[in-house]
Amino acid sequence: MSDTATQGTGRRAWYEPDAKLKRRHAADRRLRAYGVAAIVFALAMLMTLVGTIAITAVPAVTQTVVTLNVEVPEGAVDASDPRGGSYQKILNESVARIFPEVDTPREIRELRQLFSNGGQYALRDKVVADTSLIGRTFEITFPLSDIGDQLHKGVIDRDLPREQRRVSDEQIGWYDRLVEQGRISAPLNWGLIFNADSRFPELAGLWGALVGSFYALLICFLVSFPVGIAAAVYLEEFAPKNRFTDLIEVNINNLAAVPSIVFGLLGLAVFLNFFGMPRSAPIVGGLVLSLMTLPTIIIATRAALKAVPPSIREAAIGVGASRMQTVGHHVLPLAMPGILTGTIIGLAQALGETAPLLLIGMNAFITAAPDSMFNPSTALPTQIYIWADSPERGFTSRTSAAIIVLLAFLVCMNAIAIYMRKRFERRW
Amino acid sequence: MSVTLLFAIVLALAFVGYLLGRSSAANLKTAGNNLHSIPPYHGYFVALWCGLPALLLVLVWMAAQSTVVDQLLLASLPSHLTEGATPARISLMLGEIKNVAAGRIFGTPDQATIDAAARYQSMQNTASLAMVVCTLAAAVAGIAFARSRLSPDFRARNRVDGILRWLLIICSILAILTTLGIILSLVIESLSFFARVPVVEFLFGLNWSPQTPIRADQVASTGAFGAVPVFWGTIFISVIAMLVALPVGLFSAIYLVEYADKRIRAIVKPLLEILAGIPTIVYGFFAVLTVAPFIRDFGTSLGLSVASNSALAAGGVMGIMIIPFISSFSDDAITAVPQSMRDGAYALGATKAETIRQVLLPAALPGIVGGVLLAVSRAIGETMIVVMAAGLTATLTVNPLEGVTTVTVQIVMLLTGDTEFDSPKTLAAFGLGLVLFISTLALNILALQVVKRYRERYE
Repeated sequence: MSDTATQGTGRRAWYEPDAKLKRRHAADRRLRAYGVAAIVFALAMLMTLVGTIAITAVPAVTQTVVTLNVEVPEGAVDASDPRGGSYQKILNESVARIFPEVDTPREIRELRQLFSNGGQYALRDKVVADTSLIGRTFEITFPLSDIGDQLHKGVIDRDLPREQRRVSDEQIGWYDRLVEQGRISAPLNWGLIFNADSRFPELAGLWGALVGSFYALLICFLVSFPVGIAAAVYLEEFAPKNRFTDLIEVNINNLAAVPSIVFGLLGLAVFLNFFGMPRSAPIVGGLVLSLMTLPTIIIATRAALKAVPPSIREAAIGVGASRMQTVGHHVLPLAMPGILTGTIIGLAQALGETAPLLLIGMNAFITAAPDSMFNPSTALPTQIYIWADSPERGFTSRTSAAIIVLLAFLVCMNAIAIYMRKRFERRW
Repeated sequence: MSVTLLFAIVLALAFVGYLLGRSSAANLKTAGNNLHSIPPYHGYFVALWCGLPALLLVLVWMAAQSTVVDQLLLASLPSHLTEGATPARISLMLGEIKNVAAGRIFGTPDQATIDAAARYQSMQNTASLAMVVCTLAAAVAGIAFARSRLSPDFRARNRVDGILRWLLIICSILAILTTLGIILSLVIESLSFFARVPVVEFLFGLNWSPQTPIRADQVASTGAFGAVPVFWGTIFISVIAMLVALPVGLFSAIYLVEYADKRIRAIVKPLLEILAGIPTIVYGFFAVLTVAPFIRDFGTSLGLSVASNSALAAGGVMGIMIIPFISSFSDDAITAVPQSMRDGAYALGATKAETIRQVLLPAALPGIVGGVLLAVSRAIGETMIVVMAAGLTATLTVNPLEGVTTVTVQIVMLLTGDTEFDSPKTLAAFGLGLVLFISTLALNILALQVVKRYRERYE
């Protein structure tokens, strides 16, 4: 459109853009470019976040294990009390048979560092399950230690000088011999899901945290769902407009914006110290989370109730239903999809919440899944926090893997919520 | 008997009550009476009378049992142990007795402790048994009472409606109770903190090192509670976060509302919302794993010294988290500006950018400001990112490459781990919590006011 300007006729067409108009259009294009840049930045950050965590998580998908031939001598384990045997010694002897030349105490210690501390328990459980193994030689498979695992996955750079490496040259040599003998393999890391927590990364898993989170969310749902619906129904369907109901509304709106850590302080002061409830227990975590989820559910329920047209209520009242019957038989069932959608989204938020759980002690180190909701336990996000703070290299990838597990749960919950909204949404 | 089982039994009894009530109403009807309410409502009435008092009793009992048992136990201890003992000493004693009772014996407890442990055990057993008996008695008594009320003229439906209505009211009062609980617990603990540390020193002191001495003669750390460096760190990190989030959020909202076509908007907007759905612990790990090392390496290559827990890393990642808040609030505010104002500006020959800058933004400003205020309150209260990525020591600095600490970090640091509840260290956390609660509350109220005024203008 600026073609004519370059023809040098000396006269400008009436639509000729002058310098000022060009500047104005350039400003327009600039603003547009800023917008694109802002979106690209935000999305790039999202990609980087998910990408780096996914890449860091990859090593935790498999766990390096070693297969040894173990001989359990007759005298070493008492068949009537197989739990009492000294299995670490038995394992050490079978390791020594593979590496007969290792004899100085320092070398023996370094050799043992390659194998997980969990080996003795794997052996014990196997013998306890089948006492006829005593006196025989059989194969047993158990995890390598963190450094063995890192060697297998190539995380440790062998070309680094010894001082900067966490493993000695001998350890690398022994590891390579194990590989040559075909004793090393890396199956899928089911232990990450089904083991409880441990100090040793190769043994640590999420089971305790998953159970703890399940109990906490269960409590959260059982408390906040009925109470939230009841409060919303009262405010939307029954409450007169007065100062008291205004006060309730202001309170609900403010609670929705109170920082989560303040709920943790509330839980600590009221549930733990005043009511003397057990520390670190999922029931307390669930109660604190339910107080936090309550405003979300109330607000979602009120929106869903508002969306039900008044004609439904008028028809029910017209045929003689009481107001409680109208709500219970007609309005609530029609609003239920919207309520459930809001509830699932609220529970998803509660699942990812960490700070209040830290304050009520759900970041304790607990090596067994809780039997009930009154036992000490961790939750998924607090487990991530514990692992992120642990210095061992193996925990870095496990933390990322745990985050992927958490994100997978959140994606599922939100997908269900979106599906329900699409499937049951009704325009009146 | 476990509480869960007790709950189940009470619920089962309530169901039995429902059946009983319904059948006796049905019997009245077959006897030729004209009932006011249909039989199921008589059933509901009996069930409510059976279940509600019993469940309420269980809850109150569970809440009160530990306190009452502790008091009884204290009263039964020999007087030379309890007389003149400090509260801390007494709670220590109780803890030891409970440990012995649970079979966790450390060292050799004295005879009084062992006796008390046995007494404690028997009191616990008696209390639990009494709870079960009382609850079941209450449930049965409820059924009996409610059944005696049933008659053909009995307005069962109105009664049930009335009870349900009260239940609804109680549930909605829970929101007030929660707020009250927050305020009371913060204020009470803070008061006992301010009894030891003057308010003025807390609010205006420049030295924060809450490690109280373990031995009396220890010189190094005497415990200083001047919280200004902590407040400054919080503000500083929030400012950094807003410097990231404000331009990115605002420009993306402008682009999505005014420039992008519908298809792009339908894809990009939910993607941005994902950022708001990611748990903050994930952002914290991202900051430690990726952003902080990146900033440190980048700074080192420029010859700067960068702390590994720099304010820039924590604030920057927090800014990313806040982007969707700003963008969706701005989006709503810009969308809400009436189309006629855009049309008017275009008719005068304004370009899109000029319309946005001179017409839409001023009109949408209150909404945007409200969103920004809410985002600031979110940033101040944000915990996990700063716990993982920001520093622990309180420093007064304006250098974003150094580490600063925040209110939330200090609360977590002071309260995690085994600390006795009554020390100034733990109480200080509640003082910080009170400041945090008041400031976020003020920001929220301010934001709501701004948004409200804006709504009045266009609706």
